[in-house]
Amino acid sequence: MATPAPLVVASKLTKDFGSFRAVDGIDFTIERGESFGFLGPNGAGKTSTMRMLSGITTPTSGHLTIFGLDPRTQGPFIRARLGLVPQEDTLELELSVLDNLLMFGRYFDLPKAVIKERALELLDFAQLSDRAKDKVDDLSGGMKRRLTIARSLINQPELLILDEPTTGLDPQARHLLWERLYRLKSEGVTLIITTHYMDEAEQLCDRLVVMDHGHIVAHGAPRDLINEHATREVLELRFDTNAVISEDVLRVLAERVEVLPDRVLMYVHDGDETLVEIHKAGLTPQSALVRRSSLEDVFLRLTGRTLVE
Amino acid sequence: MTTVNQTTKIVPRVGWPSWRRSLWYHWAFYSKTWRASVISTFLFPILYLTSMGLGVGHLVTKHTGLVQGQTYLHFVAPGLLAITAMQLAAGETMWPILGALKWVRTYHAAATTPLKPEDIVTGKLGWVSIRLFTTAAVYVVIISFFGALSSWWSLALPFVGVLTGLAFGAPLMAFSSRMESDVPFTTIYRFIIVPMFLFSATFYPLHEYPGALRPLVQFMPLYHGVALARSFAFGDVPVLATIGHLAVLVSLSVIGVVLARKSMRKRLVS
Repeated sequence: MATPAPLVVASKLTKDFGSFRAVDGIDFTIERGESFGFLGPNGAGKTSTMRMLSGITTPTSGHLTIFGLDPRTQGPFIRARLGLVPQEDTLELELSVLDNLLMFGRYFDLPKAVIKERALELLDFAQLSDRAKDKVDDLSGGMKRRLTIARSLINQPELLILDEPTTGLDPQARHLLWERLYRLKSEGVTLIITTHYMDEAEQLCDRLVVMDHGHIVAHGAPRDLINEHATREVLELRFDTNAVISEDVLRVLAERVEVLPDRVLMYVHDGDETLVEIHKAGLTPQSALVRRSSLEDVFLRLTGRTLVE
Repeated sequence: MTTVNQTTKIVPRVGWPSWRRSLWYHWAFYSKTWRASVISTFLFPILYLTSMGLGVGHLVTKHTGLVQGQTYLHFVAPGLLAITAMQLAAGETMWPILGALKWVRTYHAAATTPLKPEDIVTGKLGWVSIRLFTTAAVYVVIISFFGALSSWWSLALPFVGVLTGLAFGAPLMAFSSRMESDVPFTTIYRFIIVPMFLFSATFYPLHEYPGALRPLVQFMPLYHGVALARSFAFGDVPVLATIGHLAVLVSLSVIGVVLARKSMRKRLVS
């Protein structure tokens, strides 16, 4: 059998808002069944990209196909086959949990009996069965999020797009969500996820891209990105605030050194070994921590430490 | 290939006309939250007709006799119907639209489904039309209980209600779709809705206004709704004037719909 066509193909994808270029000519393909991440600081163009991928907004220029369809002319047909979990919940607060699912299902022109059956399954999936009759307004943030995800599944989408699905959730709620997303993935649903949480990206994404200022600055599997853009380990040192440290001494001992206001990060292969060298050089840090490099190191390296508001 | 759970795999349809799903949604939402509006639908006509028609009417009849050949109750009842249509449409197309776009954001949720922004506009205005029709129909029934109907033309009054309402509702929906805050709505109420309520020849005939002010009154959209309602209620339907009134109300509705579709697309899709 021939290789199935990619689910999403984007080339030179661009989105302008007036004179502001939110997405600047990005290229990527997403295969059926994979879980694909978009990372990037605020304003990197992630949400604009998600809105194009979900067939809501049309690209300003460039080429984009979703399920092999053109969102410019076939938006409704694309949207019928995907689910979008937006950054902000858009639930009907005055209605009950169950009614939210039932009414949303009608947007897809599904038969009532089918919607009902799926809604009950989805309530179970979202662990909200015992809240079915409650008003959405009374739910906690995590419950609303789960309901939003459940609602986006009412049309049994082949592609589920999640824009920062776990922002603002407590760890319990996040882990429950992750577990549900794994389950969807194992059922063959393709996932596209944007997130600020690097551990989430490492957990959930087979492949990801890092966006900054509308560009893709890196792409690959999480582990490969770490190998490519970071060393194996990071040594974090804190010195007495009065101590004068020669950066040159440190630079010799590491592949890369980053001096932050409160600590020094040394990107090295073997953190313990480097620490020994530092002591040998006569330096006495107040504290030292050796850890594995993470996606967060890659992210900060690629997109900088400057705060984006 | 992947195997998505196939047990109840029913492909969503993208059937025509897609706006009927938006219409259905508004209806379903109303059917679950209707209680508050029952008062405005049934009680307001009774209160208005009692206070204005019987109360003020008693005074008018005592001092001036008939108004345009009718008792004051007969005279004022169609005007009240037009006012109610305007208020209902305005109420439905200001705060609720902004709410669905900004606060609760349910129109954004709808935009992620096969619905198009234009479907949302058509569905909402279709639903408002149904509300206008039923509310006006209730009005007609209540007017008849007051014994203030004199013509079979009155059966057309619900349609006058729909048209009068849409002449406000459609342009206001276009306006609301572009808003970021609800502050302008208060201004609209103060400077458009309330003045029209008071000065559209609703409570006394046009010729009671000073000559110089009459064109201003006739300029107000509600005047045409009131005039239309009155002529149908009295069974006195002059062809040219009726066409003129209809033309004003239809134009406003059509322009409103065109602009609302554009605004909604801009707001939801760009």
